[in-house]
Amino acid sequence: MNEIKENQTKSLIQVRNLSKTYKRGNEKIEVLKNLNLDINQGEFVSFMGPSGSGKTTLLNLLGGLDVPTSGSVRIGDAEITSLSGKQLTSWRARHVGFIFQLYNLIPVLTAFQNVELPLLLTKLSKQDRKKHVEAALSIVGLGNRMHHYPRQLSGGQEQRVAIARAIVSDPSFLLCDEPTGDLDRSSANEILDLLSRLIQEFSKTILMVTHDPIAAERSKKVLHLEKGVLIEAQNKD
Amino acid sequence: MKFIPLIWVNLKRKKMRTMLTIGSFAVALFLFGLLTVIHSAFSHQVKIAGADRLVVRNRISLIMPLPISYKQRLAQVSGVKSVTFGSWFGGVYQTERNFFPQFAIDSETYLSIFSEYSVAPEQWELFMKDRQGCLIGEGLIERFGWKIGDRIPIQGTIFPGLWEFNICGIFKGKTPESDTKQFWFHYKYLDERDSSTKGLVGWYYVQLSDPSQADRIAQTIDEMFANSPYETATETEKAFAAGFLKQMGNIQFVLICIGSVIFFTLLLITGSNMAIAVRERTNEIAVMKTLGFSGIRILFLILAESIIYAFVGGTIGLGLCKLYTLQGDPTNGMLIIFELSHAYIALGLGISAMVGFLAGIIPSCLAMRLNIVDAMRRI
Repeated sequence: MNEIKENQTKSLIQVRNLSKTYKRGNEKIEVLKNLNLDINQGEFVSFMGPSGSGKTTLLNLLGGLDVPTSGSVRIGDAEITSLSGKQLTSWRARHVGFIFQLYNLIPVLTAFQNVELPLLLTKLSKQDRKKHVEAALSIVGLGNRMHHYPRQLSGGQEQRVAIARAIVSDPSFLLCDEPTGDLDRSSANEILDLLSRLIQEFSKTILMVTHDPIAAERSKKVLHLEKGVLIEAQNKD
Repeated sequence: MKFIPLIWVNLKRKKMRTMLTIGSFAVALFLFGLLTVIHSAFSHQVKIAGADRLVVRNRISLIMPLPISYKQRLAQVSGVKSVTFGSWFGGVYQTERNFFPQFAIDSETYLSIFSEYSVAPEQWELFMKDRQGCLIGEGLIERFGWKIGDRIPIQGTIFPGLWEFNICGIFKGKTPESDTKQFWFHYKYLDERDSSTKGLVGWYYVQLSDPSQADRIAQTIDEMFANSPYETATETEKAFAAGFLKQMGNIQFVLICIGSVIFFTLLLITGSNMAIAVRERTNEIAVMKTLGFSGIRILFLILAESIIYAFVGGTIGLGLCKLYTLQGDPTNGMLIIFELSHAYIALGLGISAMVGFLAGIIPSCLAMRLNIVDAMRRI
């Protein structure tokens, strides 16, 4: 908690008293309970914990995909918990890159078109969009697979396209929901190497949910969630 | 513009479904086009009816005659400029499939009242000199390849026997809408040869000095012949044409019913297809919304897809219908006109786009309101 106070002024992400409760019939399920968290720019943070501990819910709240029952999330200068749905949509497009376990690429679009998707929401010209997409795909090492469809790529390559799509609009931070969960060890390592590179070379902030201790090992900080409560923080510094 | 490739790939995604949906629109709009062609043909006579003419017919029925002596009495009614008459002949040229309307006309007066037609003076002179002469509309000349001087045999049905006519001239319409698929010959020839209807005519046309007096004059005429053996029913030519059309049933109502069923079925088919398409793409829609696509943008993308189906299908259907009508009237002249007007093409495309919009609106609203977290959980 002392660390949180120290970092309060420079943290990219500040979570205060965050709670999320779902209703199932008459039953209330408290998924997150009074969570406090600070994450600095350029940090690589992993969230671990058993299924149902609230990891993905936390990620959804941080990414503005869901709204909390109470508490606040401040990211940079934006108090996202007070934004309207429309404002959140626009905020997400500018500030968050999402990476999913199952890649979630659009199957009828090529790698190039998938990566270009977030840029369609910007005012960039076609030429500029092309430059950005080519740069993103070359960062993930798929400059030569631009016109391949997802079905023509391996799982690892698909996830790299998804990473290119996540970074193409230069977001403030990346949210990764089990990015290696569907990959073999070798491909998983490639993805983790790539994420590490994004932090080292491009100072990206990465928040990753994982069940894989080896993947979590790559992050600077590992946070454990259990029954909606942050119970442990391992800081490798 | 930058979203067009996105719409395009979705249209190509399920090629068979896209083709079938577009095909449904094409078939429906082809049928719609044909219905409007038939409707136009039937209502054409109403459209072209002269505003300054009254039709005087037998009160009992159109097929009952009136005495020729009424001509002079009609001419004496205040406000009547001129009077002519005609009779339906109803003969058969070679075969019944070669149907075309034949009228025995009062040669002296007919053309002066029907000023929308013209005949070359020398041809008119020839016609007036020949009791067996006839005038042929240019539409019939094209159809049968006749020429001036030909002798035309027509088998009488109402008036028995073989009737022969000499083509003396060709009458032309002064406007493209004029019905030039008629055959005119001298009433005197009919009257001389057929004793059963001697001194009787089918109907009268009365030209008015002031069309605004039509109701008063019609009433005067009917009162004049009231309680006589040949009572009259007088109405404007437009009302007469509309009444004639009604005798065949309420064609407009029938066409509207058929059209509505076609479009309603199309709405269900397309709506169902769009709902399936959106359901299949729930995951992708959720991903796009995650990436920052707003609900409204998603709605427009899906609606655009639905409207494109409708518009492309509609264009194909109406285009084929237009090509079909350009081949000519398949009824061998039963219909006065056989064409798909630009107005109906525009209406068809409009209805098509509207059906596309209605079919897509519910699925696209559902996509717009899709909750990302719920959708992701379903994966």
